[in-house]
Amino acid sequence: MNDSIEAAADGSLDVSKLRSYAYGHSSMMWWGTAGVMAIEGTVFALAVMTYFYLRTRVPQWPPGVASPVLLWGSVNTLVMLASALPNHWTKRAAEREDLGQVRIGIVVCLAFAVVFLVLRIYEFKYLNVNWDTNAYGSAVWMLLGLHTVHLLTDAMDTAVLAVLMFTGPIGGRRFVDVSENSMYWYFVILSWIPIYAVIYLVPRAL
Amino acid sequence: MSAGSDALTGISALSPDQQARLERAWGDEPGFYGWLKSVNHKTIGRRFIVTAMCFFAAAGILAAIMRLQLARPANTVVGPDLYNQLFTVHGTTMMFLFAVPVMQAMAVYFVPIMVGTRNIAFARMNAFAYWIYLFGGLMLFGALMVNAGPDAGWFSYVPLAGPEYSAGKRSDFWAQLITFTEVSGLLVSIEIITTVFKLRAPGMTLNRIPLFVWAMLVTAFMIMFAMPSVMFASTALITDRLVGTHFYNPAEGGDAILWQHLFWFFGHPEVYFIFIPALGMMSSVISTFARRPVFGYPVMVLSLVATAFLSFGLWVHHMFATQIPELGKSFFTAASMIIAIPTALQIFCWIATLWLGRLNLRTPLLFVLAFFVILLIGGMTGLMLASVPLDLQIHDTYFVVAHLHYVLIGGAVFPLFGAIYYWFPKITGRMLSEHLGRWNFWLFFIGFNVAFFPMHVLGLKGMPRRVYTYPADMGWNELNLVATIGAAMIAVSMVLFVVNVVISYRSRAATPANPWGASTLEWATDSPPRPYNFARIPVIGGREPLWEASGIKGHVHGLSYDTPELLITTVQDAALDHRMAFPRPTIWPLLTAIAVTVLFISSIFTPWAVVWASIPVTIALIAWFWPTRREAAEILALERKP
Repeated sequence: MNDSIEAAADGSLDVSKLRSYAYGHSSMMWWGTAGVMAIEGTVFALAVMTYFYLRTRVPQWPPGVASPVLLWGSVNTLVMLASALPNHWTKRAAEREDLGQVRIGIVVCLAFAVVFLVLRIYEFKYLNVNWDTNAYGSAVWMLLGLHTVHLLTDAMDTAVLAVLMFTGPIGGRRFVDVSENSMYWYFVILSWIPIYAVIYLVPRAL
Repeated sequence: MSAGSDALTGISALSPDQQARLERAWGDEPGFYGWLKSVNHKTIGRRFIVTAMCFFAAAGILAAIMRLQLARPANTVVGPDLYNQLFTVHGTTMMFLFAVPVMQAMAVYFVPIMVGTRNIAFARMNAFAYWIYLFGGLMLFGALMVNAGPDAGWFSYVPLAGPEYSAGKRSDFWAQLITFTEVSGLLVSIEIITTVFKLRAPGMTLNRIPLFVWAMLVTAFMIMFAMPSVMFASTALITDRLVGTHFYNPAEGGDAILWQHLFWFFGHPEVYFIFIPALGMMSSVISTFARRPVFGYPVMVLSLVATAFLSFGLWVHHMFATQIPELGKSFFTAASMIIAIPTALQIFCWIATLWLGRLNLRTPLLFVLAFFVILLIGGMTGLMLASVPLDLQIHDTYFVVAHLHYVLIGGAVFPLFGAIYYWFPKITGRMLSEHLGRWNFWLFFIGFNVAFFPMHVLGLKGMPRRVYTYPADMGWNELNLVATIGAAMIAVSMVLFVVNVVISYRSRAATPANPWGASTLEWATDSPPRPYNFARIPVIGGREPLWEASGIKGHVHGLSYDTPELLITTVQDAALDHRMAFPRPTIWPLLTAIAVTVLFISSIFTPWAVVWASIPVTIALIAWFWPTRREAAEILALERKP
């Protein structure tokens, strides 16, 4: 479509026929979201680094407490991985601008988000350590807390978008928002995998 | 305005009616409420620059008080407790409220114009970033006023800043100031990256963007990966202090050196994200006043990128006095030496530019030439400090104080003043006085050296930094007095600068669009630019658009006159991608910033504030995001499907 716009003889460009929104990395929203992901990814990496740094300071890990209970974290990981499917489906529906399917998809994604958050309460409960027990506890709570903030904010984001998809006004850019919201969920889910490994597997395996 | 300016800005291509409609679409709303609602990058940029300069002045006054105290031995101008607050707030303000923000502020104002667009990406977020920065700064100085100013140094080392040795709220204010300023800085970096990548005028390929824009792009990427570190560190500090976590508490498995790693992993790149924008300013000024393009554009760009990467591998050279393995220290010594290479490459390119050009020795160029002298000395002492045995000898002495001021003032503040003299006519439409400018320059240059050069010697003579006084028999008296005289000269030069700004701003002499005969796009707008920057978006055909015959090949038409609408282009080639309606002014960024400020400050006093104060923040954010009927209708009316 862009190739169809040619400069006139005097070098001027008529852009009145140009599309008014675009998906993926053509869109400004993609770059904004990518920037946020880069920053938050760095924060997660630093929190993981801190965890391993503190681990070198003591002879035994976890120091003096039991490892976190595997069950709830693992269940939540499976649920999160499964939520990639409705997210993908919603993203595709948004890019086809199929309002009916987007409405169904985004409500399903939101339901998943609520499930993560409920399971997250149990994760905190079965960490077997408090944030003020020792530095290990602080690091674990920080990691889990940081990730939970992302779950909360993205759940809120998704809820607002879901309401907008039902009340309108609906325009092309709203579908771009839905598509980028799904991308952000991928980030929240994918960043969980290393955090899960650090919190639940490192105390057992390493 | 002269006919030459009109030809340059192309304003006559628009009818008065079209001009008025564009003005309504892009301008601020009238009145005080309209002022609060502004999302125009120039309005926000101006505010950002003025605020940062006010913090610069405030921190300068704190420095002057410290110099008064140190002018003679056993002086009693201030006591030890206040002195601790003074140097901590001085350093914190200069680094977090002046140096980094002022550079970003210049970018907020100039990057959109230099890439040929009409506003910055995420304009509302930009307004939010300004407000949150302002409120954070006010909080810090408010704390100082009530004798609760942080007092553990600008890098706030634990255990001194931890719960055991810093009772009260002083260090908490420091930690929250970091949160405020880093939120602001990170948001602006996202805006700059998106603006540079997606909002360039058609035809401005990556190979044609001005070196200043490259510098700000590289800086934005550095900020994105470095600032999270200090935010994480200060969050862990405040949780240690307020809710009993043990990150830095060795008794419970924590570690104090962890703080130093996290802080300097940010802190060393920080030096470079103050320095790299200044390099961009240098290139702008040198090119204009040598009247030729900067020699070796690809070398310049690659050097900026190389400096950015290398700057992440230096942080441990701030920690040579800690128990880290000697082999590790050697690595960081080598890295500290290597980073001199890309800087040297740029200096040689500038020398070549000056050599091959026809010099126009005006005030902006004077400030830039001072860089070569002062930074060179700062760089030399930097190489000295990079060697472990020497560093151990002079660690925590005035030698380090001298070094860091040579690097930061020579490497950033002198180029910044050059840039202010250079761009002042663009921002205000008035030229600064050349006569006062020269007085300003020479007093600053001489005063700076008189103030800071003796500190090298003081350091070698063993005077530690951060002492509020010293006995008379140490042999430090004369040099300290000399340094104080130098500080007084700097103060006079700064007063002259303010006088110059005020007199020039009030003068009636209008400035043409391109008073210096420069090559970049900001000079193809009126002085000051109209709210919509360009009458028509230019189509770019070269690297120096105003110097090359086909530099501006034509113009874009077909964008709306009534809705703020911008062109989005592709990342590499700046080919047409789509057009997009931009946000209009709104009060929500300010209200959100107020809500966030309530959250940050009250969480110092009760951790539960994080829960209850997040409710107004959420409401404000939703209201911010919620589309108004008018905007939704406008966007739909202009919609064209991909």
